[in-house]
Amino acid sequence: MLDGNVAAGKLSEVFAVELTSARGRCAGCGAEAQVAEARAFVEAPGLVLRCASCDNVLLVLVHAGDRYVLGLGGMAWIELRA
Amino acid sequence: MAGTAVLGRLKPLTWREASVAEVREETPRTRTLVLDVDGWEPHRPGQHVDIRLTAEDGYQAERSYSIASAPRAGQLELTVERIDDGEVSPYLVDEVRPGDVLEVRGPVGGYFVWEPGHGGPLLLVGGGSGVVPLMSMLRVRPAEVAARLVYSSRTLDEVIYRDELATFGDAVVITLTREEQPGLRRGRVDTDLLRELGFAPRERPHIYVCGPTGFVEAVASALVGLGHAPERVRTERFGPTGR
Amino acid sequence: MLYGWPMPVSRGFRGRARRDDAATDRVPPGQYLTDDFPVLSAGPTPHTPLDEWTFTITGEVDEDRRWSWDEFQALPSEQITVDIHCVTKWSKLDTSWEGVSVDTLLDGVESSAEYVLAFCDGGYTANLPLEDVSGGKAWIAFAYGGEPLDPEHGGPARLLVPHLYFWKSAKWVRGLSLRAEDEPGFWEGYGYHNYGDPWREQRYWGD
Repeated sequence: MLDGNVAAGKLSEVFAVELTSARGRCAGCGAEAQVAEARAFVEAPGLVLRCASCDNVLLVLVHAGDRYVLGLGGMAWIELRA
Repeated sequence: MAGTAVLGRLKPLTWREASVAEVREETPRTRTLVLDVDGWEPHRPGQHVDIRLTAEDGYQAERSYSIASAPRAGQLELTVERIDDGEVSPYLVDEVRPGDVLEVRGPVGGYFVWEPGHGGPLLLVGGGSGVVPLMSMLRVRPAEVAARLVYSSRTLDEVIYRDELATFGDAVVITLTREEQPGLRRGRVDTDLLRELGFAPRERPHIYVCGPTGFVEAVASALVGLGHAPERVRTERFGPTGR
Repeated sequence: MLYGWPMPVSRGFRGRARRDDAATDRVPPGQYLTDDFPVLSAGPTPHTPLDEWTFTITGEVDEDRRWSWDEFQALPSEQITVDIHCVTKWSKLDTSWEGVSVDTLLDGVESSAEYVLAFCDGGYTANLPLEDVSGGKAWIAFAYGGEPLDPEHGGPARLLVPHLYFWKSAKWVRGLSLRAEDEPGFWEGYGYHNYGDPWREQRYWGD
């Protein structure tokens, strides 16, 4: 089990800002943490980040052929700071 | 625009060619690769890169590796540990030679980063190859910043950067979990060792813990138990990525 | 620095053991052949104790059917050897499994449902047409290679539907919900093809 930090490179394929140091709130349990502290599953048909507190899926990123599909429904919000 | 002013825009991270300038055996199972990359800008200590390899038939594999070197333009160093049934690490440790070309993306990571501007004290706790990103921090640390590295290794043979670490005096404490060696501690990194060697919570150290998942979780838990604020304990778990 | 296709070949890199010696009519388009059994997962490995494990047929049925582990083990099972194909481009030939045919579990179940949603410990789901898990095409597998199925590979039991991409063979399966309407499962909701036929290379939405 790895932490979200390992997903930084993959996430840079779709995000213009460094996402792993951003803070987010889990829409499942309300826990707030940095994306780097989430549990990352990288050996999968896509990238999955899960809440370290409740395992809820926070983010899914699939490189589906000629497009990306991004699921962010597991996060209530993400806070991006400099 | 206001948005651009608030957020530092990530420079586009494309895959770039890295030329292997040098390879250096560190221990029987780890090797440092010195990579030259055109236009490489100095990284932030603690960051990592993604490496991509392409076989003759087009098959590709990607892995992430922490940068071991102090920030430097044009060049970076990775220290890779061979995972026995791994797909990528045996190639990087046993096969790669100077002149070879790999693809690299990065540097990335904004969370597990320490820079001199953050100040100290600095407490680094590494297990096995988890010492690699911590080394990048230690190599850039100014002498006036109080720092301590607690490094857990199974045996003396497996201690990476042994000679260099000896030059840091008592800022570096090595503990071995599987054998006794004169001058080195014996045993796991536990609450007692951290209480003795770490900084007191009231000194508000910046803390970075890196290594296998079990190690990181035990150490982070011990640190919080000693009274360190959880948000000052930054962790990076290394682990196998499937078979 | 810009460079285009093709990407630089890493001298001497082979990667995961790949074979090129099998009959091409057994390897779907775009697949690599391997002798490994890569572990791919969207979440942590669950560890449900066998005395708490149940398998349930639910949904558009008059009454749920449920088996405990012991009851499940008492059902007739089959040994099968099949080829499996992962959407991440891995194919593995002649894999041997033991499992209970889904036909056995659906025997006597009356339903107008045309779809099923496999549901699992950890929350994973996969959707399939009912006809793709019946007629001898699917099993609830509890052994692989002559050994009890490893938790990493979906043990104690997983769905096995070899004619579709292997993400449909849901690990840690706990039941099938029969549905009148099709509802996308986990990966189907994030870009993966709703049906997933490897021979028509149906990997992603719109393929």
